[in-house]
Amino acid sequence: MNTRTTLATLAKTIRSKNAGTDKITFDIIFRERESYDLVRRSGALTPESVCRVLNVDPARLTDFVEYDPGYAIKFTILRVRPSGSAGDGDIFGAQQYAPFLDLEIDISTAGA
Amino acid sequence: MSSMKVISPNGHLGFAPLKNGSFQIGVAAGPDIIAADAGSDDIGPGPLGSDTCASPRAWQEHDLELMLLAAREKNVPMIIGSAGDTGSNSRVDMFVQIIRDLAAKHGLAPFRLGWFYSEVDPERVRSSIRAGAAVQGLDARPDLTEEELDATDRIVAMAGVHPFLKLLEAGCDVIIGGRSSDSAVFAAPALHRGFPEAQAYYLGKVLECASFCAEPYGAKETVLGEITPDWVDVTAMSPEQRCTIASVAGHAMYERSNPFHEFVAGGMLDMTDCHYDQISEKTTRVTGMKFVPAQEVRVKLEGSGKVGERFVGMAGIRDPYTIANVDAVIEWARTQTRERFGETGWELHYNVFGRNGVMGDMEPLKDKPGHELCIVVQGVAPTVEMAEEVAMTGTRQLFYARLPDVKGTAGGVSFVLDEVMQASPAYRWTLNHTMAVRDPLELFPTFSETVSAGVSS
Repeated sequence: MNTRTTLATLAKTIRSKNAGTDKITFDIIFRERESYDLVRRSGALTPESVCRVLNVDPARLTDFVEYDPGYAIKFTILRVRPSGSAGDGDIFGAQQYAPFLDLEIDISTAGA
Repeated sequence: MSSMKVISPNGHLGFAPLKNGSFQIGVAAGPDIIAADAGSDDIGPGPLGSDTCASPRAWQEHDLELMLLAAREKNVPMIIGSAGDTGSNSRVDMFVQIIRDLAAKHGLAPFRLGWFYSEVDPERVRSSIRAGAAVQGLDARPDLTEEELDATDRIVAMAGVHPFLKLLEAGCDVIIGGRSSDSAVFAAPALHRGFPEAQAYYLGKVLECASFCAEPYGAKETVLGEITPDWVDVTAMSPEQRCTIASVAGHAMYERSNPFHEFVAGGMLDMTDCHYDQISEKTTRVTGMKFVPAQEVRVKLEGSGKVGERFVGMAGIRDPYTIANVDAVIEWARTQTRERFGETGWELHYNVFGRNGVMGDMEPLKDKPGHELCIVVQGVAPTVEMAEEVAMTGTRQLFYARLPDVKGTAGGVSFVLDEVMQASPAYRWTLNHTMAVRDPLELFPTFSETVSAGVSS
């Protein structure tokens, strides 16, 4: 039995966006409690793992929150330079989430 | 005071036109207030620094016209925050004039028009620094230095509810705000009618981006918020959308690092214990919000400073050997620019699309470039002439890069245009700070006049 799937299969929304001029925030939102709990149990999304995926120093991670009312996991990183500085490839920070689409989730803990 | 209804037709007025279908459904629902936020710092530091808009004037007029006509017909207040994207003084003046012109165009009955400014004199900030009252950095920025202040072209302060309340108390029917907290635009009329702070600020928080709190995704549609002393209801006006527990709770975390706390001048909205109920198909009810007043009023400051004039060039690469050595190609072009202009006093920026142009160092696949690349080159320098030459050197020298084993010796890159194009000057965000004030109105002078069919008095 295949016990692995991707975050994109389980999440309703995977997005990134500026949070002010100096930060980019990521939202992983699930439609129902089960998928939210499954991903949390899998250990695939942690402060350490998101820094690894994005190749950023853990000191740049300012927030990592599990938000029960929204069935959401939310984390925020500091930009290297403020948004819209010359050379910034994403002024709105809206296309930084793509590496999380294919994040592998171990679903063998389902129903555990 | 049993309840008050507010409609929000656009989360960033002018950035794209509001959808009139759901707006008119919202108007027919009998709102007590019609309000929208018109600003954002998402647009980068350019508009604030150069004192321009990011939005076309026609789209701003489109939304202001529909809102003004509806508000005057229903005889309810219309409130706009952060005029003209940045909320600078010239953008407030522009929106005020648009309102006067629309009143004349439609022969509207007399009404009271109020406005306030948000720009801050740099000397006011300097005096705070010199008095030892640190202008504190947000988001890991250090406290503001005078050097950084001197590099700043324009500063706006983020108003809370205070200037809006003052103008509402003065009987204004239409209010044009300078830079303001999104939520203050909606919270102010609720506080004015005596609703509690927690519910009032939550109403603002949930309405600030209009239909972003509804699903399915669809921007620029109207939503209606209804406030009572106990709860806030939020209802999608578009026939295609609903406000669900997921969409409303989810919106609490949009564009912010923390979904539980919203800081405004004068306090903090605490959403930790918010409870969401789907009370009908299109409506979600929210309870349990709290408001914690601040001990000291600190006002957020945004500042933008010019870095230089800017030109942009573009180049393509198809040769796999050149793609594998694109960094050496770029270094060649930088070296040629250094030989011409010296080590400092100019900037070259390269975004290599097809490799990591969007994500830069965060791109996990940066070692797996595509079969063709597009390099976007930006040259920045103190004068237009120099910026053009820096960008041209940084672009054209990609063509002449000397790679030892390249087979194609007739030219290293492709050009769609063998030219560089003038772009807006480069600016940077110099201030993302807070400054203590004694009086929350200090930085926000208010004005009002009666508009009679376009004749101001």
